[in-house]
Amino acid sequence: MKVALFIPCYVDQFYPQVGIATLQLLEKLGVRADFPKQQTCCGQPMANSGCERDAIPVYHNFVDAFDGYEYVVGPAGSCVYHVRKHFDIIEQTPAVQHVRTNTYELFDFILNVLGINEIPGSFPHKVGLHLSCHGQRGLHQANESEMTPVRDGQLRRLLSSMQGLELTELDRNDECCGFGGTFCVSEAGISARMGQDRVADHVRNGTRVLTGGDMSCLMHLEGIVRRAKLPIKVMHAAEILNGAIL
Amino acid sequence: MSHSKRSNIFLLDAERTTWHDETLWFVRQKRDKAVYATPEFQELRQLASDIKDHTLSRLDFYLQQFEENARRNGVQVHWAADAHEHNQIVLGLLKRHGATRVVKSKSMLTEECHLNPYLIKHGVDVVDTDLGERIIQLRDEAPSHVVLPAIHLKKEDVGDTFHLHLGTEKGNNDPQQLTETARQHLREKFLVSEVAISGVNFAVAETGSVVVCTNEGNADLGVNLAKVHIACMGMEKLIPRLSDLSVFTRILTRSATGQPITTYTSHFSKPAEGKEMHVVIVDNGRTKQLGRPDFRNSLKCIRCGACMNTCPVYRRSGGHSYDFTIPGPIGAILSPNIDMRKHASLPFASTLCGSCTDVCPVKIDIHTQLYKWRQVLGQEGEIPASKKWSMRLLSRVLSKPAVYGLGGKVARQGLRFLPHGLTHGKGYNPWAIARELPEPPKQSFREWYAQQAVK
Ligand code: SF4
Repeated sequence: MKVALFIPCYVDQFYPQVGIATLQLLEKLGVRADFPKQQTCCGQPMANSGCERDAIPVYHNFVDAFDGYEYVVGPAGSCVYHVRKHFDIIEQTPAVQHVRTNTYELFDFILNVLGINEIPGSFPHKVGLHLSCHGQRGLHQANESEMTPVRDGQLRRLLSSMQGLELTELDRNDECCGFGGTFCVSEAGISARMGQDRVADHVRNGTRVLTGGDMSCLMHLEGIVRRAKLPIKVMHAAEILNGAIL
Repeated sequence: MSHSKRSNIFLLDAERTTWHDETLWFVRQKRDKAVYATPEFQELRQLASDIKDHTLSRLDFYLQQFEENARRNGVQVHWAADAHEHNQIVLGLLKRHGATRVVKSKSMLTEECHLNPYLIKHGVDVVDTDLGERIIQLRDEAPSHVVLPAIHLKKEDVGDTFHLHLGTEKGNNDPQQLTETARQHLREKFLVSEVAISGVNFAVAETGSVVVCTNEGNADLGVNLAKVHIACMGMEKLIPRLSDLSVFTRILTRSATGQPITTYTSHFSKPAEGKEMHVVIVDNGRTKQLGRPDFRNSLKCIRCGACMNTCPVYRRSGGHSYDFTIPGPIGAILSPNIDMRKHASLPFASTLCGSCTDVCPVKIDIHTQLYKWRQVLGQEGEIPASKKWSMRLLSRVLSKPAVYGLGGKVARQGLRFLPHGLTHGKGYNPWAIARELPEPPKQSFREWYAQQAVK
């Protein structure tokens, strides 16, 4: 199985430990992944701002970087969703189609391609799961509260398989954190308020470690946690599943 | 003023923001309970969506069918191309009857056409009879929600308003007493009004009748007492057959308030003996939207308000921050169709979380349309120049791996060595107003990876 690691630009620059954990976790599960260094970004920031056309060269670069691989795996639901859904504006060559359908979010890949439902290891902490909207509603990685009261999802299953890990039950299970890409800057007031409310839900319900599958939401929430000096640690779920010790 | 500026004003009152958010979330939870208790709800959604799709694809046919059948019932049908024409038609009818007193039940269309100020300017005493609508009418405000027009107000605000306008005791904020006062006050209006104006929730092509859903029964009271009934409808309100109606009545209030059905679902088919009934069918930008393939779906909207209740942005910014008759996610799709420049910031007033799409009972792909509007606005030059140029620059950097690698390094080093006060200055870094920036690591992932390969 020829697998490429897709490490989104902001993870590459600000959260290398998440990239490392992703790589190591895949190795533990028996997958060797390459990191093609031609990759940069999925182009979402431009497209999200209404400048989709400016993103076209970035889309092409993405396809060129990953075309030679069977699977492309990244620790970021939002970017994967962007590749799958919004690369529709460039010509749909076989390469483009191949890359679009075979780019996977890390946990989606682990559960659905590798067929692994449990991760050995222990993490004896109260963990709050932040569902990313693009992962959940975009890639259908978790149940939506709009549809059903049953809380289930890929990451929820993987995390619950770890020994000693207790998941926080939130008042609002799947409300958006307010990051929203460029929204966090263009609507900074609302974005911050949403993030604060999200964090407050976790604090109220006892979260000690805040985690999720999308580092972009977590970057925003971490910024709020650190500004308010709250006793919560923010980590990508790949770090936890890779055996991080607090 | 942009949406973000307006919402910053709303956010200043943190307590009210919390209250607004929690109240609407409560409504959303009531909706959830009603939906979970209806196992076939997702099939109903699909059915409703299909019926609307079908109707929109043959709108000309169904409009004609409706008109023919309505006329056969003795209803007079009028066509208005835009808001102004709509208002003129209504005023013309009032004049013909020498009517100066009008009661109106809730109608977002007449809000959209600014009918009230128009009639008032022409000497007509027009009174909104829906309680929420009446409250905001007394305060001279616009509705902030399509189902809960006065949801931005607390009971203290209503108490003050009634004290000022209806002479209740100062400081009396008891909802029951205030409602009773409103009821008495409105009763007087009902009794003397010559004409009743109503909105239309559904217009049935097959029967030529219109259906109005209310919880207060005020539309029925108005119509039955007045000599003339004028029903005003947007041309997208049509459904083909009477048997389609049940699909919509089952999803409408479940989505809106969590009720199984509205208290009053009234069918108006023909004028009573000696009375008149009119229907005004309004375009006002709807055919234009119908002609935009990416956005025509938005005409399926049945105005349940569920997308507003679920929208985390709406809940924290209030309906007035949208500065459009229909606020919230759906309003952000409908408004640029009417005035692209004025409403250019609305499609950006969303995180694209998609909750609106999942909640919408007629399956409008709301967040996808918001994304598409952003692209249209970008191409039409309706986004700020600073954004446009920074995105071009970003694209240059991100399409050249070498430039990106170097640029990232420089930026990270900059963040590491610049003083906190500079990187977190309020003037130039909106991120940092409420958040810390990530702590830049010594190495990027790619630098780490390159070292591993050497080892
Ligand atoms: S867009 Fe959908 S959810 Fe929003 S008001 Fe219309 S029908 Fe209701």
